[in-house]
Amino acid sequence: MKRSFHSTSANLAGGPSAPINYPSLEIENGGEKQKMNLFQALNNAMDIALQKDPKAVIFGEDVGFGGVFRCTVGLREKYGANRVFNTPLCEQGIAGFGIGLAAQGATPIAEIQFADYIFPAFDQIVNEAAKYRYRSGGQFDCGSLTIRSPYGAVGHGGHYHSQSPESYFGQTPGLKVVIPSTPIEAKGLLLASIREKDPVIFFEPKLMYRSAVEEVPVGDYEIPLGKARIVKEGKDITLIGWGAQMRVLLQAANMAEEKLGISVELIDLRTIQPWDVETVINSVKKTGRVVISHEAPKTGGWAAEISATIQERCFLHLEAPIQRVCGYDTPFPLIFEKFYLPDHLKNFESIKKTIHY
Amino acid sequence: MISQTSRVLLNLSKNNGLKRVASNYLNRSVVSTSSKTNGIRSFSSKVNEIKEEKENFQYTNNLEVQELKHYIPCYTIMNQEGIVQSPEQDPNFSKEEVVKMYSTMVTLSVMDSVLYDVQRQGRISFYMTSFGEEAIHVGSAAALEMSDTIFAQYRETGVFMWRGFTIADIINQCCTNEHDLGKGRQMPMHFGSKKINLQTISSPLTTQLPQAVGSSYAQKLAGEKSCTIVYFGEGAASEGDFHAAMNFASALSTPTIFFCRNNKWAISTPSKEQYKGDGIAGRGPNGYGMKTIRVDGNDIWAVYNATKLARKITVEEQRPVLIEAMTYRVGHHSTSDDSSRYRTVEEINHWKEGKNPITRLRNYMDRKGWWSDAQEKELITEARQTVRDSLVVAEKQFKPSISEIFTDVYHTPTPNLIEQQQELLEHLRLYPDEYPLNQYLDSDKILKNN
Repeated sequence: MKRSFHSTSANLAGGPSAPINYPSLEIENGGEKQKMNLFQALNNAMDIALQKDPKAVIFGEDVGFGGVFRCTVGLREKYGANRVFNTPLCEQGIAGFGIGLAAQGATPIAEIQFADYIFPAFDQIVNEAAKYRYRSGGQFDCGSLTIRSPYGAVGHGGHYHSQSPESYFGQTPGLKVVIPSTPIEAKGLLLASIREKDPVIFFEPKLMYRSAVEEVPVGDYEIPLGKARIVKEGKDITLIGWGAQMRVLLQAANMAEEKLGISVELIDLRTIQPWDVETVINSVKKTGRVVISHEAPKTGGWAAEISATIQERCFLHLEAPIQRVCGYDTPFPLIFEKFYLPDHLKNFESIKKTIHY
Repeated sequence: MISQTSRVLLNLSKNNGLKRVASNYLNRSVVSTSSKTNGIRSFSSKVNEIKEEKENFQYTNNLEVQELKHYIPCYTIMNQEGIVQSPEQDPNFSKEEVVKMYSTMVTLSVMDSVLYDVQRQGRISFYMTSFGEEAIHVGSAAALEMSDTIFAQYRETGVFMWRGFTIADIINQCCTNEHDLGKGRQMPMHFGSKKINLQTISSPLTTQLPQAVGSSYAQKLAGEKSCTIVYFGEGAASEGDFHAAMNFASALSTPTIFFCRNNKWAISTPSKEQYKGDGIAGRGPNGYGMKTIRVDGNDIWAVYNATKLARKITVEEQRPVLIEAMTYRVGHHSTSDDSSRYRTVEEINHWKEGKNPITRLRNYMDRKGWWSDAQEKELITEARQTVRDSLVVAEKQFKPSISEIFTDVYHTPTPNLIEQQQELLEHLRLYPDEYPLNQYLDSDKILKNN
C-alpha cells in the first residue's frame, strides 16, 4: 500500500493553525486549559489513557516515532517501547492483533494510518471484533479495542487518502463508530472510546489535525458515546453532520441565516453507531425541515439511514422532503475535489430549496 | 508545541535506525522552525555517522537462482507397531496417564461416529469429525498448561476434551440448547469456554492467528509464564492472516505456538494445489525467522515432545514456534461433504489402517501389557452409551431464551436493540402459534412481562 504522505504533509496540515470558528463544548471540571490543535488533543488523550491504565498499549504503522500525523509523539519515550510500538505493515494483522490483546484483558489502541487502508482489516473488524462477545455467549469480548484512523478529504488526497468509510462500519452490529469535530470533543470522545466496553472505530478528520485549535482542558474527561450535540439551536430547519463537515455546515447555516433570514439548528452527530435518534427526532419535530450532509458518497451513505428513520418517526411533522447533500457516487477524485465535495454552497442551496418547498 | 516536536525529533535522530519518514519530518521541521538552517540541508556530516548494519548473508560472484533443495524432515519416534525407536525419547508416561490419553482418543472417535450418524438423521444441524487426527489433539494438549490460551479452528475437539470439556458440553453446543455456553448463536462445533481457556471458535478461517499473537503479547506484557497456542489447517495457512500472524509474532517476539494440522485436504483441495513449497514448516525458518518443527501427527509421543519443546521455547525465550503436524483427514470434511467425490477409498484406507494413530498407541500399550480387548470393548460401549445418554438429555432441554437474540451484541443493549426486541415480542403476541415458542426457555414469561 502506497503512503504518499511525506511529500504532501505540509499541505495536509491544512495551512496555518487557527482557532475553530464555532463554539466547542464546555467541559466542567476539566482542569486548566491549554491551547491544542486536534492532533495534540488526541495525543493528550492517549497520554492520559496510558498513564492511568497500565494495560493500555498503542501500535500500528509508524506510531513509534510519533506517527505520520504526530498523534503519538513522545509517548514511546514516556511509556516505553513495549507499550508504544511499530507493527509490520499489515492492516489485517494490526486489527487481529488488537482483538487478541483485548480478548486477553489488555487495552489496545490500534492505529490504521489512513481510513482508506482499513479495508484489509474489514474481515477482522466485521466478522471478528464486532461478533466476539455475541458469538461466545458473553464469555469473551474485545470491548477494550479502539481502532483510530484519519479519515476524510484533505485537499489533494485522491482516491486513497480521502475516504469516509463510516457507513460500512455503521451497518455492523457490535461496533461503535465515533467521529469528533473539534479538539475538545476529540479528546473527550477518544478517552470515552478507549474505555468503552465495546470495540470502537474512531475516525479522525485529518483536515483538522493542525487547523482546528482551541483551549482544551488538560484534565481527564470523557464525552459519552451515542449522544449528539446541538451545536447551535434554531427553529426553521435542522442541519445534521459530523467530523470535518461540521465547519462546512456552520458556514452554510450562517449564510442561510444571513441571506434567507431563517434560524438553523445545527447538530453534530458525533457517534455514527449507535446514533442519537432522540436528539435528531426532537429537533426535526420542532423544525419540520432537515438537511443531512456527509463527504462519503450518497448511495448507501449514513444520511440514508438517518433520513429513513426521520421519515418513519416524524412523518406528520415534515414540511419538506429530507435532503441529503453528500459526495457523488464516484471514487474520490484528485483534481476535481472542490467540485466533488458537498461544500457550504451546495448545502446553502439545499437549505434554500427545503425552506421554499 | 512545534518547537517541542522538533526537539523530540532531534533527540530521536540521535538513535540509530532513524526511519526515512522521521528524517523527512526532521528536515522539514528544522527548515520550518529554525532560521539558522535557511532551508539548506547538510547531509555530509550525517553520512559519515551512518554505521552499516551487518548483513546476515554473504555476497557472491555467482549468479545462482535459488531453489528448494532441502525439505524439513518429519520428527517421528513411534512406529505403527507401537515401538519407540529411540527409547530415550519416550516421554514415559505412567500406565494411568497413557490409559487416560488412549481413552480420550477412543472416546473422541466413538463420539464422532455417533454424532456423525445423528447429524445424518437430522437431529443436529452440522458436525465435523476428527478421524485420524486424534494423536495431534491429545499429544499437543497434554504438553500444555491450563494457563496457556487456546485459539482453535474447529477440528480440535480432542484438545478441549483433554482439558475437561465433557461430552455433555460438546453435545449441548451441537444441540444449541440453553446449556450451550454460546447461547445457541453459532453453528455446531463452534466451542468456547472460559473454564478451559478456549477462546470461542469462529468460522472465518485463520482470523484466529493474528488474534493469538495479540493474546500472547498480552501474556508477555503481563509477565506471565504462559503462551498462546493457535491451531489451524494447511488450507487456512494460505490466507493472508497466516502471513500477518507469523510476521507479527516473529517481529514482536511473542510467546505463540502456531500449530498446523497438515491433513492433506482442505475440503476437496489437495495440499499439492494449496502450495508448491516445503509445506507449512518450510515457511517458518527462512520466511519468518521462526523456530520450526515438522512432526508426525499420527505419533502421539512425537507430537507431545514437539509441543513440549515448543512451549519451553515460547515461554523461556519469549519467541514464537511453528509446528507442522503431518497427518491425514480420514473423515469427510464435514457432514455437508462427500469426500468420495474427490479421493479414493484406497487412499483413505492407507491412512485409516496403515497409519492409524489410535492403533499405534494401542500397540504401544499392548507391548507393556496395559490394555486388553475386554477393556477396549468396555471403553467403546461406555463411550457410546455416554454420547447417546447425553444426546437424549440435551435434546430435551429448552433452547435459549429468545431474548438472547438481542443480548451480548454490545455490553449494554443500545436503544435500537431494545426497540427491536419490543417489536419482536409484540409480533409474537400476534402470532404465537406460528413460531416454535414452546421450545424456547421462559417464552410464556417473556411474552407476558413485556
